[in-house]
Amino acid sequence: MISQTQSPIIEIAARGLAPVIQLLGIYVFFHGHYGPGGGFQGGVLLAAGVLLLRLGIGASHSQAQVTSKSTVALCALGAFIFAGTGLVAILWGGDFMDYAYLPVQWLEAADLRYYGILFVEIGITIAVMTGLIAIYDDLLGIGNAGNN
Amino acid sequence: MKLLQFLLLATLGSILCYTVLDMPPRGEIDAPASRMESPVGTPVAGAYYIQHAYEDTHTPNMVAVVLADYRSVDTFGEVVVVFAGVMTCFFVLRRRRP
Amino acid sequence: MPWEIEFLLFIILIVSAVISLILKNLLAAVVTLTIYSFTVALIMISLGAVDVGFTEAVVGAGVVGIFFVVAIFKTTRKSYD
Repeated sequence: MISQTQSPIIEIAARGLAPVIQLLGIYVFFHGHYGPGGGFQGGVLLAAGVLLLRLGIGASHSQAQVTSKSTVALCALGAFIFAGTGLVAILWGGDFMDYAYLPVQWLEAADLRYYGILFVEIGITIAVMTGLIAIYDDLLGIGNAGNN
Repeated sequence: MKLLQFLLLATLGSILCYTVLDMPPRGEIDAPASRMESPVGTPVAGAYYIQHAYEDTHTPNMVAVVLADYRSVDTFGEVVVVFAGVMTCFFVLRRRRP
Repeated sequence: MPWEIEFLLFIILIVSAVISLILKNLLAAVVTLTIYSFTVALIMISLGAVDVGFTEAVVGAGVVGIFFVVAIFKTTRKSYD
């Protein structure tokens, strides 16, 4: 495999450190119900792992995790998951973002709010992670007109 | 001119220090921020959140409940701001294929 | 938390902020700004606001530093004022 950077130390360090950062991000996101953390912090940590790979091993080799073409679409998808959770609650007769009206019959209202918070945090995580990667790619001009 | 700037900053700093000295100490129970009633007698929303957060959502982390359930429209605005920034970078900085 | 550690944190905060203002090399200024942001996060945690401190440490010390470095590589590395 042809190296992108001059120094092998930077490449090995980036390739070894990025999965640890992303694992910590996933832990922070799923542990947001029980401790400090949540969607925004987990999303930024996941984006920091991908950005470390973009800096360390080059833009073309790090396309395997998140491609530059799909970042804006995934950011829109995350915002849509957030808004869609509120809109489903409106369609079933509640207020905007009132998770007790989500259409699941066999759960009580408190547990419905638990899973509503989880869905909302999934939306925040996807939107923030891919949004930061999209800003980085647009700043460096990665992924357009074939100059990656 | 430089002396005038320095005097202005010194005056502002002394006013800030005088204001901070009048504030209650950290974690004071009788401070207006941590009472159950506001100084005009209306109930405070934070007391309701602290007392009812676990019964309402079965989630132990109170901060997540306030951010994602009680004040979820605020968080929605935050995500919309992030999305607007991404869209601005997309339309301004990304060059089209010639 | 004992007040000496907090006092030391405030000293580091002010010194790093002033240094990042007067440096001419912008890359070193970004590194000093990262130190400032991390110190703000430590002060937030010592005040009891763990979530705010966590967000400040992740966003201010991680991603904003990367974006500033990218902006410096796209423009110029020295400040001329």
